[in-house]
Amino acid sequence: MAVNDVLEARALAARRGFATLFVDVAFSLQSGEALVVTGPNGSGKTTLLRIVAGLTAPASGEVRWRGEPTRPFDPRLRDVVALNGHWPALKDELTAEENLDAWTALTGQRAARDAIAVALDDVALSRQRRLPVRVLSQGQRRRIGLARLALAKRTLWILDEPLTALDNEAAGMLGDLLDVHLARGGVCVAASHQPLPIGAARTQTLALSS
Amino acid sequence: MLINWFRFASPVSFYPIAGRWSFAFGALAAVLAGAGLVVGLWIAPTDATQGDAYRIIFIHVPTAWMAMFIYLVMAAWSALALGFNTRLSAMMAQALAPTGALMAGLALWTGAFWGRPTWGTYWAWDARMTSTLILLFLYLGVIALRSAIEEPRRADRACAVLALVGAVNVPIIYFSVQWWNTLHQGSSISLTAAPKMAMTMLAGILIMTAAAWCYTIAIVLSRVQAIIVERERGAGWLESLIEWRAGSEH
Amino acid sequence: MSDSALHAIGWALARDIRVALRSKGELGVQLLFYVIVVSLFPLATSPSRELLATLGPGVLWTTALLASLLSLSRLFASDFHDGTLEQIALSPRPLAALVSGKMAAHWLTTGLPVVVMAPLLGAQYALDVPVLATLTLSLLLGTPILSLLGAVGAALTLGARGGGSLLALLVLPLYAPVLIFGAGAVDAVRSGLSAAPHLSLLGAGLLLALVAVPFAVAAAVRIALD
Repeated sequence: MAVNDVLEARALAARRGFATLFVDVAFSLQSGEALVVTGPNGSGKTTLLRIVAGLTAPASGEVRWRGEPTRPFDPRLRDVVALNGHWPALKDELTAEENLDAWTALTGQRAARDAIAVALDDVALSRQRRLPVRVLSQGQRRRIGLARLALAKRTLWILDEPLTALDNEAAGMLGDLLDVHLARGGVCVAASHQPLPIGAARTQTLALSS
Repeated sequence: MLINWFRFASPVSFYPIAGRWSFAFGALAAVLAGAGLVVGLWIAPTDATQGDAYRIIFIHVPTAWMAMFIYLVMAAWSALALGFNTRLSAMMAQALAPTGALMAGLALWTGAFWGRPTWGTYWAWDARMTSTLILLFLYLGVIALRSAIEEPRRADRACAVLALVGAVNVPIIYFSVQWWNTLHQGSSISLTAAPKMAMTMLAGILIMTAAAWCYTIAIVLSRVQAIIVERERGAGWLESLIEWRAGSEH
Repeated sequence: MSDSALHAIGWALARDIRVALRSKGELGVQLLFYVIVVSLFPLATSPSRELLATLGPGVLWTTALLASLLSLSRLFASDFHDGTLEQIALSPRPLAALVSGKMAAHWLTTGLPVVVMAPLLGAQYALDVPVLATLTLSLLLGTPILSLLGAVGAALTLGARGGGSLLALLVLPLYAPVLIFGAGAVDAVRSGLSAAPHLSLLGAGLLLALVAVPFAVAAAVRIALD
């Protein structure tokens, strides 16, 4: 293991029910690197992401954060991880602004009103910020997810199909966010069918087969 | 004495042991049940007030005790499963639940058939009957939760939490039902066993209880074997074991 | 209790109450259920004051159990289905504290209205003032236990088949002692005895549940997300 590996997976295996999803998956990321996980539906991309996030225990193998092995729901992982999963994790009844306010408060770094306004402006949602999320489109919800990433100030981003429902403009926003994140020394693990909109130099690819 | 207990915690090494023990305890259960029934049905004297009807206690009392014990044993295995993340402990807990439910059901059923000739009713809201009924519901809850969760590992852990919460509640339930019953004494009949119990009656009950224990161990071990087969299909060791068995029989 | 835990409780409480207030309809429906079911019993038996006074405590308490059960299936399910529960479990805040806040919000939005409504409905059952006071007090101590115990069941049945009825099967047997002590307290006062022992036991049960249940629920939530 290189000294500056931030995130490392060793010999990961996962089972769902009685079926084996994958065995012997390994990767290691240094500061400023992103991993794109590809593979057909059902090959275990989401499960791999959930294992790395610390939501699920692997059937065998381990995930190391800064050289230390982690357990599911490890406090050290919970301090650094930002997960944008399958579901946008937004409350329909609350407005975009309130949702973001609640999320930043939850992670312990409550963002100022202005910061939230700026983040929403960056994803071109300033006009909709007082609307209940219920009335927003799928793509607009994903954009709120992007604003959350920008506000959360987390080192490890885990993105499940981040390009789903995003138009070209929003995909560009995601690229910008990722650029800043990686330039700051963050790492990212993403499951995606399409290449991420960032420079290939800092991207590794891991292909899962079914 | 140093035994590596964790060796037994792996389904691979436990599978053949479970088979042998299951057979031994099954045989023992049959012998004890035979002996217990002889003592209970022939040797024990006829009760002065209840006549021969009381003889159902040789089934009723052991099953009622077992219903209670099995829940505690199940909770203990569940605690082990959660604490040490051992697959086998969870399988033991899973295997115990149906037998516990069976014992609670038998205790209620035999209680009803005892109640009919003794008090003239199949069901009285007696404290022990009521708490056994709630215990049966607790078992059914564990079994239902198990079958409602697809993923075996999740089902193991969810059932373990439920069994532990239930175990904390079981004494509270017993106490509250007892209390409720004494407050409404006027409307119900107390089901305490006859104050003086002949030695042979007690012996019969104890032998039958031992038989129930042995039966439980035998049936649970054999159920664990079935669970292992179900869960580990696809893992290499099971196929090789079966092939080896098949080869040695021919 | 640490600062972080208190913050976490406050966060979840404020958020859930805000969400609940924005969907007023659901709150009203759950309270209406309580009122209607309680009002059906006299139709099914008889309007005789004596009989109603005997049945009253039991009816009001059993219906409180059912009303609590009715709202429990939503306690974690909506957060589970929209991905919020994952985020909560992955946050740096203590999960036991976060779920405590959610349970507190559940009680405030579903248990407390029942407690407030009970004396009015109790009057329909020809219960007099001291009895009604005991009824209210017993519900005040008992309904939080229902929210707490129910939350364990709600978390365990996340993602399981047969949600609602399975939840009832898991939770109702656990409710038995609360029902016995709660309805028992009212009954005791009705027959001229002191309700103090019943109420003390309810209080002790509430303390025990407050201490132990958040950890069981946190464990159950993590299991559900696994």
